[in-house]
Amino acid sequence: MAYSEKVIDHYNNPRNVGSFKKEDDDVGTGIVGAPECGDVMKLQIKVENDTIVDAKFKTFGCGSAIASSSLATEWLKGKSVGEAQKIKNTDIVEELNLPPVKIHCSVLAEDAIKAALGDYQKKAEEKKPKVEEVAASS
Amino acid sequence: MKLPIYLDNNSTTPCDPRVVDVMLPYFTEKFGNSASRNHTFGWEAEEGVEHARKQIAHIIGADAKEIIFTSGATESNNLALQGIVAMYREKGDHIITTATEHRAVIDTAKYLEKKGVSVTFLPVDKEGRVSAEDVRNAITDKTILISVMMANNEIGTINPIAEIGKVAKEKGIIFHCDATQGVGKIPVNVQEMGIDLMSFSAHKIYGPKGIGALYVRRKAPRVRLEPMIYGGGHERGMRSGTLPVALIVGFGKAAELCEQEMVTESVRMAKMRDRLQEGIMGAMDEVYLNGHPTERLPGNLNISFAYVEGEALLMGVKEIALSSGSACTSATLEPSYVLRALGVGSDLAHSSIRFGLGRFNTDEEIEYTIDRMLKAVTHLREMSPLYEMAKEGIDLKSVQWAAH
Repeated sequence: MAYSEKVIDHYNNPRNVGSFKKEDDDVGTGIVGAPECGDVMKLQIKVENDTIVDAKFKTFGCGSAIASSSLATEWLKGKSVGEAQKIKNTDIVEELNLPPVKIHCSVLAEDAIKAALGDYQKKAEEKKPKVEEVAASS
Repeated sequence: MKLPIYLDNNSTTPCDPRVVDVMLPYFTEKFGNSASRNHTFGWEAEEGVEHARKQIAHIIGADAKEIIFTSGATESNNLALQGIVAMYREKGDHIITTATEHRAVIDTAKYLEKKGVSVTFLPVDKEGRVSAEDVRNAITDKTILISVMMANNEIGTINPIAEIGKVAKEKGIIFHCDATQGVGKIPVNVQEMGIDLMSFSAHKIYGPKGIGALYVRRKAPRVRLEPMIYGGGHERGMRSGTLPVALIVGFGKAAELCEQEMVTESVRMAKMRDRLQEGIMGAMDEVYLNGHPTERLPGNLNISFAYVEGEALLMGVKEIALSSGSACTSATLEPSYVLRALGVGSDLAHSSIRFGLGRFNTDEEIEYTIDRMLKAVTHLREMSPLYEMAKEGIDLKSVQWAAH
């Protein structure tokens, strides 16, 4: 089982490695996996006007896990939050030619995307009532 | 210095060219069946086999009559365990072995458990050694076999075999030792160590794959075992089948070379391994040695690199052949059971790399490896959320992970 070219490329030239500030309102953070499993992915998105303008990742895991999360950040940039929900692990498997034994890496990447989107949406929901209160009290 | 570099000699070794040289005539010229009693082709083949038998017996302090040829150490381990149980079943049905044995012993023991044999898998200490005291305490009046490996294939730790041999002798129990990683690398003597059965193979000592041996003691005590393979009664009835003469001749030469070169080679190997260890561990934080620091094979090194996963690391140094205890590199997607037996956490087991130095490695290759490992670990730690969290002072053990 030799490594696929695309997986190697993402390893050597990972896209968007890094971190945003978790506390920022326009940032959504998803952390999935566990060290005992050998797979932890942290995926973050920066959103402006419902569009994902930037994405970053950090991954503890094998080459396929790194490539899956790196690819995810590439795909997320420029998509709306709604469009991003539609990214499926099977798309990742196809793009990277992942063998059956590595499919779970793509599943974890999809989980990370959903977790980041969910985190951002939760923050967006929590922001709304405050604005209404201020308007009501003034 | 040529790429790729081979640093996985615990997995297998290249044939020494001198071994290949002695094998070649046996393929096309001296190709007879060593069991053919009636013509020169057979006699020549038999001579080649018997000469090899002597060379192999010599390196372990045994008599040539005590060497049985098999297809490899896996078969030898199977034959030792299954053969003893079948032969001595009326005397008892309990075997003592360890948690860090090679799968050839563990899986065979588990099979025997299904057949009603009770098996004690002794734990090891955090450096991977089993204690002779634990062996003694596990013995019952139903025990018929003790099986403990000489040196572990993953972490290189060497067990106190002579002490265990003494206990076995004192209690009158047959002692089998899987010495696959020990023979040819460290001094082995079945008399001095009190070993009654011993498995080893050629392809770990610069010989060909497909041939191994089982040492079966003939005196004090005379060990008997039931064969697994029938059909002609070869190898004193213990293992039927036409002998692969060319492979055996190669095995013999490999053993002889190891015996001649062991002292100088092990010194050179240990020096390169120590340089590799110091070069890597001296330059990085949070790297941990797995296994015993001194009671270990001269060419073996096993290190966990915290916050970085093993398979990704191997991919980062793909021009160097190594192996890892990570789940991602195993067929069963489980992390190394040997590292788990040491008490190493799963996360560090996933982060482990095994370096297996050998006869043909050079100082230049070691320096190159140190440099590449440093670069790869640094690259991966930059990408690692765990390294980031650790640097922020977060205690990873206290985090609630959303595992799926």
